[in-house]
Amino acid sequence: MKPSLFHLLPGMFLIILLAAGGAIAAPTGGPAQIKLDRLSSLFDAVNFDHAAHVEIAGDCATCHHHTTGDGAGGERCGRCHAQSPKSAAVACHDCHEADPFTAVQLERKADDRYQYHVDKPGLKAAYHWNCLGCHENAGGPTGCEDCHARNAAGEKFYHSGAFAPKAAAARAH
Amino acid sequence: MSGISRRRFLAASIAGCAATTLCGTQKVLAAGSFTGYPEGMGVLVDLTRCIGCRSCEAACNKEQNLPAPAKPFDDMSVFDETFHGGSQKRRPDENAYTVVNRYEPEGGGKPIYRKVQCNHCNEPACLTSCFVNAYTKTQEGAVVYNSKICVGCRNCMIACPFNIPGYSYSSAFDPVVKKCIFCHETRLKNGKPPACVEICPQQALTFGKRKELIKIAHQRIQNEPGRYVDHLYGEKELGGTGWMYLSSAPFEQVGFDVTTGNEPIIANVKDFLGTVPMVLAIWPALFTGFHLLAKRKDGHGHDDGHGEESGKEGEES
Repeated sequence: MKPSLFHLLPGMFLIILLAAGGAIAAPTGGPAQIKLDRLSSLFDAVNFDHAAHVEIAGDCATCHHHTTGDGAGGERCGRCHAQSPKSAAVACHDCHEADPFTAVQLERKADDRYQYHVDKPGLKAAYHWNCLGCHENAGGPTGCEDCHARNAAGEKFYHSGAFAPKAAAARAH
Repeated sequence: MSGISRRRFLAASIAGCAATTLCGTQKVLAAGSFTGYPEGMGVLVDLTRCIGCRSCEAACNKEQNLPAPAKPFDDMSVFDETFHGGSQKRRPDENAYTVVNRYEPEGGGKPIYRKVQCNHCNEPACLTSCFVNAYTKTQEGAVVYNSKICVGCRNCMIACPFNIPGYSYSSAFDPVVKKCIFCHETRLKNGKPPACVEICPQQALTFGKRKELIKIAHQRIQNEPGRYVDHLYGEKELGGTGWMYLSSAPFEQVGFDVTTGNEPIIANVKDFLGTVPMVLAIWPALFTGFHLLAKRKDGHGHDDGHGEESGKEGEES
């Protein structure tokens, strides 16, 4: 079957999205919206309002350590990285691996004879520590579903909603 | 002549006893000094990171094909459940190989959540107690069991210092013990982390080689001494466990038994177990020997005497 324009559209749209880094540029210097969809197997994508958070945070470094904010300084990191240039990486996933415990990753960590970067949080932890830490202090939403709306697979996974245990549903009535 | 053979026999018996006792003791002493497989994997549980989302429970349920839960995994009312008059929080059973419990730290502050599952001891008491050898400590660090061998005696449930093994009371015909197996069959032996570690949003669970995790844990304490109690639970307790814990509150306040000591359970029983081969192997031979010697003496020297005695008894009466 010859691919029609209609068939190609989703692919083209995806390429454009990837080219934009999943983001739409905003006047503040960062993207206005960022679509976080790493957990799409269980949850709908989180449409992160970057622009709103830029206003709340005031400074890029509040969230973006080592990169667009400040360098890697401080008592521990500064010993080696005081003179390091700012990293070109901006997004969390540029440094924080989505799969921190694969055999390959563990092997790489075992080779780090200085043991300095072996305990770096994975991507999920990097997001959640950053978001939750601030939300708890600033009174932002902290419930799982406040950010992560579950899809059907997610409901099944948590045995909730349409997949709630019948006994529990009966007790509730 | 019978005196000489008896002396020889006794000497040989005593030598045999001594040899068996020594060999047996050496063997169990060697077992007592086992500190885990060098490449064994473990999990570092950081209680300061856990937010009590129960995703690990859901992931375990799916991975191990467990029955549907009584309440949804997003139902946080389970944290209020207590048993035995409020003295006991939830514990793993045949339907849930892991549960998360909530603790209110003394002096207020945020609640602390603790995940409970098999700790995969270096020297598992369940394995020691199992007389059909259903349990195995794998080189990857998991304590697994063969349900085809398990006879359902529940010795392991009594032996486990952490009250982990559950029992399939629901099965009338083939009840067996059920517990966390570190996802050994589906993940661990293929080099993958267990399902609970993979789902954890907070990386409260860190998967790695046990010996590396010990370094990481002490590094965390050193980096943030105000955040942690200066103790890694499971590093030394009961001979060391594969799953180890960091906490902000004293461990006894968050459901840990701090009276276990560092000796593995087998150390309590190895002296006794060392005598078992002696009793089983030597005693039957020894007493059979005594019996045969006594019979032989009877047969050669006292037949007539008995006759006389019975005769005398007859006269007296």
